Amino acid sequence: MELANIEKLVEKYENATTTLQEETTLRNYFTEGNVAPHLQEYAYMFNYFTTTKDETFTKTIKLEPKKSKKSNLKWLSVAASIALLFSVFIGKQIHDNNQRKEAERIYAQVSKGLELLSTNLKKGEQAVATLYTYENKVNNVLK
Amino acid sequence: MNQSDFLKVVLPFKDKVFRLAKRLLVSTEEAEDATQELYFKLWRSKEKIADYKNVEAFAMTMTKNYCYDRLKSKQASNLTLVHSNYKEKETSLDKKVEYQDSVNQVHQLIEDLPENQKIIIQLRDVEQYDFDEICKMVDMKPTAVRVALSRARKTIREALIKKHNYGVS
Repeated sequence: MELANIEKLVEKYENATTTLQEETTLRNYFTEGNVAPHLQEYAYMFNYFTTTKDETFTKTIKLEPKKSKKSNLKWLSVAASIALLFSVFIGKQIHDNNQRKEAERIYAQVSKGLELLSTNLKKGEQAVATLYTYENKVNNVLK
Repeated sequence: MNQSDFLKVVLPFKDKVFRLAKRLLVSTEEAEDATQELYFKLWRSKEKIADYKNVEAFAMTMTKNYCYDRLKSKQASNLTLVHSNYKEKETSLDKKVEYQDSVNQVHQLIEDLPENQKIIIQLRDVEQYDFDEICKMVDMKPTAVRVALSRARKTIREALIKKHNYGVS
């Protein structure tokens, strides 16, 4: 395309009044090389625009956002609460068991002590009874 | 609308979504995440999509809004500036380095433009949408779009001329 025409288009381009078709014409001219020196800047611009357009999104697009993670978290919390409940239940049982054993031990100790006390008391009673018989005999003798 | 129908409608413009996201968010990883997130959103509103005439324009608008949100949010405040590797066009060897440099400069110059000019130049000069579509996507009047585009183009060109005249490149 002749230079005069390109210059006209460039002018329009700067004022943002070019159509897409005219811009394509410009793009072709500037990317093909052989650019007039005073229009060199446009060559940089158009080359940049075309190379940028080559860049693509290379990753695959997922449509379900991290759903598995979320549901995992939900189930994890359910499992955790069950485990907690269970452990509290077990802990309570063990605790109860321990308390019962402790009570039994104390009961045994106390009853043993009481038994000892009662045998000793019985001994005392017997001694008192013999004392009474002595006293009776002494009284009889003195009468 | 089932999955394969949905994909048939939305997949053709996935690269455009990605490139717009990258233009706004700069880093490739961020742009990939944004694209992925956008497709979740589209999939969730798939019932509505069937009613839209122009799903692509709708998706581009969503991309734009989503990227703005990302930019505003704290999460994105530690964005890294990653510059992409451009594929080189076949040019004569002696000019290649200088050429590549100038082409990369354009990227940097677009980077420095105001947000709306950035989007518009991306949509027009890279993706080659026509003005009606761009107006819909960015929700602006045609004249405003033209003014922004014209400004963006002039800014880039003037900056390029300046650099070359001073030999900074």
